[in-house]
Amino acid sequence: MTVREALNSALDEEMSADPKVFLMGEEVGEYQGAYKISKGLLDKYGPERVLDTPITEAGFTGIGVGAAYYGLRPIVEFMTFNFAMQAIDHIINSAAKSNYMSAGQMNVPIVFRGPNGAAAGVGAQHSHCYAAWYGSCPGLKVLTPYSSEDARGLLKAAIRDPDPVIFLENELLYGESFPVSAEALDSSFCLPIGKAKIEREGRDVTITAFSKMVGHSLKAAEILEKEGISAEVINLRSIRPLDRATINASVQKTNRLVTVEEGFPQHGVGAEICATIVEDSFGYLDAPVERIAGADVPMPYAANLERMAVPQVEDIVRAAKRVCHRSVPLAAAA
Amino acid sequence: MCAQMYYRGKMFGFVHLYNGQEAVSTGFIKLLKKEDSVVSTYRDHVHALSKGVPARAVMSELFGKTTGCCRGQGGSMHMFSKEHNLLGGFAFIGEGIPVATGAAFTSKYRREVLKEADCDHVTLAFFGDGTCNNGQFFECLNMAALWKLPIVFVVENNLWAIGMSHLRATSDPQIYKKGPAFGMPGIHVNGMDVLKVRAVAQTAIARARSGEGPTLVECETYRFRGHSLADPDELRDPAEKAHYAARDPITALKKYLIENNLATEVELKAIDKKIEEVVEDAVEFADESPHPTRSQLLENVFADPKGFGIGPDGRYRCEDPKFTEGTAQV
Repeated sequence: MTVREALNSALDEEMSADPKVFLMGEEVGEYQGAYKISKGLLDKYGPERVLDTPITEAGFTGIGVGAAYYGLRPIVEFMTFNFAMQAIDHIINSAAKSNYMSAGQMNVPIVFRGPNGAAAGVGAQHSHCYAAWYGSCPGLKVLTPYSSEDARGLLKAAIRDPDPVIFLENELLYGESFPVSAEALDSSFCLPIGKAKIEREGRDVTITAFSKMVGHSLKAAEILEKEGISAEVINLRSIRPLDRATINASVQKTNRLVTVEEGFPQHGVGAEICATIVEDSFGYLDAPVERIAGADVPMPYAANLERMAVPQVEDIVRAAKRVCHRSVPLAAAA
Repeated sequence: MCAQMYYRGKMFGFVHLYNGQEAVSTGFIKLLKKEDSVVSTYRDHVHALSKGVPARAVMSELFGKTTGCCRGQGGSMHMFSKEHNLLGGFAFIGEGIPVATGAAFTSKYRREVLKEADCDHVTLAFFGDGTCNNGQFFECLNMAALWKLPIVFVVENNLWAIGMSHLRATSDPQIYKKGPAFGMPGIHVNGMDVLKVRAVAQTAIARARSGEGPTLVECETYRFRGHSLADPDELRDPAEKAHYAARDPITALKKYLIENNLATEVELKAIDKKIEEVVEDAVEFADESPHPTRSQLLENVFADPKGFGIGPDGRYRCEDPKFTEGTAQV
């Protein structure tokens, strides 16, 4: 099943199960979704439940929040999370903080979903990764699916969750196909929020990643295996809450850590994981933590520059080797 | 009284008083049913009271006590009441407008999709003149008219956004004209006269309730005090203040009632006394109420507190009974 089909089936099943669930966003209806994620839903559920909005992120996000205050369960689609910046006031100030400010009177069962991070050649304003931004805000839950099973299970969990959930998809993963178990195809299938998945077990180094980088990390692990390094790859699945227990248990086993993310390095997800390890597993580290992140520049357009600005499989392999053999870091060698 | 309490240190932070604008809140909100909703800005104390939130709960919230309407977690600018359908209390101007539009959307959705035939709830969005230059305002005028939502947009035009005069900030200062541009009626009313406001409100609310769509009502009003208790209020012309002080809505109504033999001086004095008693009682109650306990810090962040994640022992943190007693480390 492709990730696109997985998301579509999750939306379909949840809308069918609960009439309070509705989808709103730009092009979600007649256009069948800017990335075809909501294909067929307009025909099935009608224009009252699949709303094509005008180009008014701040306005329609706020409308979604107001509807959620009253117990409807909106799914707000952002064409990409870059456009959500126009609505970020509502995501943070009227969604994330409301349950707290109202002392539990106003919970906000809303899902904000859409593609996040780099795509292919879309330039600086369409390639920003927001995992660290939303991951720092109390009151939000932030999910980053990788495989089709992740997409299905996490989206269903997000829609059923009584709190605001940021669901960060990845445009380049939409077309990728993954095997899905029979259990994952069941309409009651949900994945727990806040639990990471160990995609591949290993003994020598822990590699944490989320979204597209999980695929890169798995490929890197295969290359490393041939060179005698057994890498454990953790698919974070949940940026907030972060599954510290799984990450720490893994590092306490392997004693080495490489964090991988697509977004900018400063104040990123890797920085948070590094701090977590220092707090809980300092004595277990045999080498400093290696952080692989996107280049600290706005995303360039030229294809070769873009390739250099986003982590590639070779970067992960190199970092794992550095952390295992303590070879000289790339920057110092330059 | 709020000002006195503030200067005595019982209230803190940002407090925005509503003196002078009472006719707008009373004129509109007293026409609503309990199920109708109101969304306001940081100047929300009186909207809360008009909607039915008890004075004690409002005062306690201002004092930051656990008996406040939001257990002291919201404060002056963030009053919420699920029971009375007061949906806030927002600090960012314009933020409440889309939320109000969403509440109106829900009313329509419940009637048409969830088939609750008797759901004709109306939403009122209150905001000021400064907000009328904000993008979200226009986005919502458009969508409310497009989808014919049961909402009334009430502009409390008190001519000043902190120290920025409405005339210095707005290309066309006549706000009610912005309604027809989006396909809804735009009405201007004297916001210092509660009976005039009520008449206009009746029409607008009836229009929304019958499914005919939104209305934009501009109420010309004035705040007698500064923007907040921290505002030295130096920029406003004393002559302007005097002009509006002479049109105090409460005094005007008193005069009207007496002249038309609807009430006597004695009866009105008794009401005044009763109000003083309610206020004194609220202050006493708030003063004697307890501060929130330490464990309240981590409460109400999530409706499903699994959002705090899994602790080092592998269980969800919220399942640990001692979770909320912890320190920042938790």
